[in-house]
Amino acid sequence: MPGGYLPILIFLVLATLFPIVAILAAKLVRPAAPFVTKLEAYECGIKAASDSRGRYTVRFYIIAILFVIFDVETIFLFPWAVRYGSLQWFGVAEVVVFLAILAVGYVWAYKKGALDWV
Amino acid sequence: MQAILNSPLFIPLLLTVLIIALVPLVAGYLTLVERKVLADFQVRLGPMRVGPYGLLQPLADALKLFIKEDIIPTDADRALFWFAPMVSTLTSLTGFAVLPFTDKLYIADVNVGLLVISATSSVGILGIILGGWASNSHYSLLGALRSAAQLVSYEVALAFALLSAVMVSGTLSMQGIVKAQLAHGVWGVFANYGFMIVPFAVYLIAATAETNRAPFDLPEAESELVAGFHTEYSGFRWALYFLAEYCNMLVVCSVAVTLFWGGWLRPFPNVAWLEIPLNFAFPLIFFVGTGLACLTLVKRLIDTSQKVVLVVVALGLILTGALLTIPVVNHLMAGLFWFLLKVSAIIYVLVWFRGTFPRFRYDQLMNIGWKIAIPVGMGAVVINAVLGMVGK
Repeated sequence: MPGGYLPILIFLVLATLFPIVAILAAKLVRPAAPFVTKLEAYECGIKAASDSRGRYTVRFYIIAILFVIFDVETIFLFPWAVRYGSLQWFGVAEVVVFLAILAVGYVWAYKKGALDWV
Repeated sequence: MQAILNSPLFIPLLLTVLIIALVPLVAGYLTLVERKVLADFQVRLGPMRVGPYGLLQPLADALKLFIKEDIIPTDADRALFWFAPMVSTLTSLTGFAVLPFTDKLYIADVNVGLLVISATSSVGILGIILGGWASNSHYSLLGALRSAAQLVSYEVALAFALLSAVMVSGTLSMQGIVKAQLAHGVWGVFANYGFMIVPFAVYLIAATAETNRAPFDLPEAESELVAGFHTEYSGFRWALYFLAEYCNMLVVCSVAVTLFWGGWLRPFPNVAWLEIPLNFAFPLIFFVGTGLACLTLVKRLIDTSQKVVLVVVALGLILTGALLTIPVVNHLMAGLFWFLLKVSAIIYVLVWFRGTFPRFRYDQLMNIGWKIAIPVGMGAVVINAVLGMVGK
């Protein structure tokens, strides 16, 4: 029933308008007195020596990749969870196999040290 | 007029407007509750100056943020800097669109309600990353990366905890989940011989991390990262991030109540004779008692205007209690009363966490997420699956 989503769409539109309207309305009353040092990025008082968008640790990428793998697995499990009552023991056996495969990957990542944060 | 009232969109629209208008206010008062409760834990008074016992403090805070200067750093990416806090606010508000407040009071009841909530909360991470990236400050970027890594780590544990709850109710519709608990006669957390308490514990821990709250408030670790991803934000834009955070807190607590604690159901929903004491007497005692307690505090105040405010609040509470005893109103609102009461209880627990636990180190945080929460959540799914079949 696509009609059920119409209220969510309306909600989204109104919820988008709220911050826009609030920020624009605040513009009418708030002061604006910028000067050069005020507009610098927060630092110890001296301008930052380098651009902040530099290199950062590869750990974040590993976490992101692991997240994608595990999150997709859980998404696969949701339809199963809904049908769980009617699938009976067959469904339980299926999910044990599925999670066992997932667990192998998990143990591998664990042993490789992908889950350790140095 | 009749046509408008009878339209199927009338109640959702009314609720939408009400929620978007009221949630910022509720979030503001949530900060007051938090400050007051934390103050209590630390044997101090908390806000006391603005209004009686600090009751008008959130309004003063909101006004201050509204008229504060809005600074956009020269090095920042202006378009993204504009856009990022809106993403956060928008996604955190959207969760309310599928929450079941009572059996009749809801905006939308889609058959994938739970997925809508987890999807929007995932998009919320985007607001944090964009904000940190756009600011072009070292603190912001590191804070954003840390938040994002933390959020995605706990998202997986959260999903496993949700899975267990979905298994018990057999549906993803938020109303359906509550109705399944009504049909089973027990709240989700007591299902499967009480083993559902394990997924609930995983959910609570993951939800604390998802909402960036202590002891998992690493993104805002002041001692290391100033203010994390919103270091460069000020004025109302900062307020939007703040609002998003407290909205998220409300949403995750509401989801916890819906999935595990029976949503709008009263305790013992299938025991008919408890209707009168639990749905009529309890709210009456609750509101009138709170109102009378407020009245006893009036004489301790010195300022007349503050006395007036407190008397108005007390009368409002007593009036609410009286209104709830009218059968028609009670029929509609008793569910809402229970829902909000349970949500408040879980929010209190989150504040309690903040008052009790010291902050984790970042590697500890990631270890808890990946090495404890995820395996426990995964195991809980299997054990619940077996227990659920044995119980049949």
